[in-house]
Amino acid sequence: MLTKLILILLAGVFVNNYILSQFLGICPFLGVSKKVETATGMGVAVIFVITLACAATYLVYYLILVPLHLEYLYTIAFILVIAALVQFVEMFIKKSSPSLYQALGVYLPLITTNCAVLGVAVSNMQKNYNFLESIVAGIGGAGGFTLAIILFAGIRERTEHNDIPKTFEGFPIALIGAGLMSVSFLGFSGLIKL
Amino acid sequence: MEIINVVTAVASVGGMGVIFGGFLGYASKIFAIHVDPKVTEIQSVLPGANCGGCGFPGCSGCATAIAQGKAPVNACPVGGARVAALVGKIMGVDAAAVAPQVAFVKCNGTCTNAKSKYEYHGIEDCAFEAQLAGGGAKGCAYGCLGLGNCVKVCQFGALSIVDGVAVVDETKCVACGKCINACPKGLIQFKPKAQKTAVRCSSLDTGKEVMANCTTGCIACHICEKNCKFDAIHVINNLAVIDYSKCKDCGLCAMKCPKHAIKNERVEAMAAKKAAEEAAAAPAQTTNAQ
Repeated sequence: MLTKLILILLAGVFVNNYILSQFLGICPFLGVSKKVETATGMGVAVIFVITLACAATYLVYYLILVPLHLEYLYTIAFILVIAALVQFVEMFIKKSSPSLYQALGVYLPLITTNCAVLGVAVSNMQKNYNFLESIVAGIGGAGGFTLAIILFAGIRERTEHNDIPKTFEGFPIALIGAGLMSVSFLGFSGLIKL
Repeated sequence: MEIINVVTAVASVGGMGVIFGGFLGYASKIFAIHVDPKVTEIQSVLPGANCGGCGFPGCSGCATAIAQGKAPVNACPVGGARVAALVGKIMGVDAAAVAPQVAFVKCNGTCTNAKSKYEYHGIEDCAFEAQLAGGGAKGCAYGCLGLGNCVKVCQFGALSIVDGVAVVDETKCVACGKCINACPKGLIQFKPKAQKTAVRCSSLDTGKEVMANCTTGCIACHICEKNCKFDAIHVINNLAVIDYSKCKDCGLCAMKCPKHAIKNERVEAMAAKKAAEEAAAAPAQTTNAQ
């Protein structure tokens, strides 16, 4: 049991990395990765939200959709749950910890539109994970997102001042960097079979 | 049967939406944060351009600072007197009580008044020239270099270089303070708009050194200090400094200053009138002589 949880965690971070292997959550990955500092903020916020979203979507799916035989409505239901959850989390943090709210700043509402959140929830459902496994998969997937975005921000910070051909400046070189990162993460594929 | 499926689908998703919506609405009341109503009110009267001219991060930052009393009601340079009056009404302060300010260049070392150590043919940037030997080409190390860094940062066209020295157009100046930060010599500072008397010199050199470099610099002779009836002007570190909280704008110091380092528009106007009368009288005398 514990072995399986650890495997799910590691698989989420390295093997099935949501950005580099499954190409989900690319918009924040490219949008908020100009500085390591902001990338870290985004990563922490994503870990927070995905973990909560996994728990919430699990409950909604198995307590509401399955008993009513409405499994086909999972996409719309999950989006609803995630949007409401992000709103609630934002309110809660604003009240309970203004310093954390300041630190997460604009990233918290941005996560509503992060498809990796929906991706993790759907993949948990498709793999028939139980409640605990869903949460661990969520932490793993979000950890992978955070790892990827922080590494990528480090790369972009360095390439920014490099002598790059005019045509490749800005986003083109960032996309090439992201591609190379994805290729390097390909080395993990097949390491863990789940 | 099929209709029931549709109904359950609609009812369950719709129900979830209603429950989440109600929950969020309820939560927003529980987790409501007390925001000072003045902040939102002030923000609604500010221009909303988020230009940063006030020195705060955007209009909301300025509104928060005003509401907390950290900034004056006329903190917004763009809104001017109209916005200051509205903000003053919200804050319960009379906006007129806060005197409007203007920027003022504390140097009158024009091309004719001040000597140069050498000719400068370099980058047209005051900060760059100021790094050179002796603080730039100007004989006086404190003087205006006249390359117009202040002119470049002014968004309101209030500054111009006249005869090698920056001059503020007080009708256009909104006291945003950008030129104050741009001047590498620290020559620009605020003065109350209503007060017309100002010391047009920043030199901390002794009288002898000032005399050698500039015909109109403050030589720290203390004549202004002795003549002032209101204890408003003092020579500090070889430079006359006006205390605007005491200055009654009488212009006596400007009249008495042997180097004309103190500016007062009324005194200048009187001098100009006198000169014009003399000029008018002079040709009349010559015609009489003929």
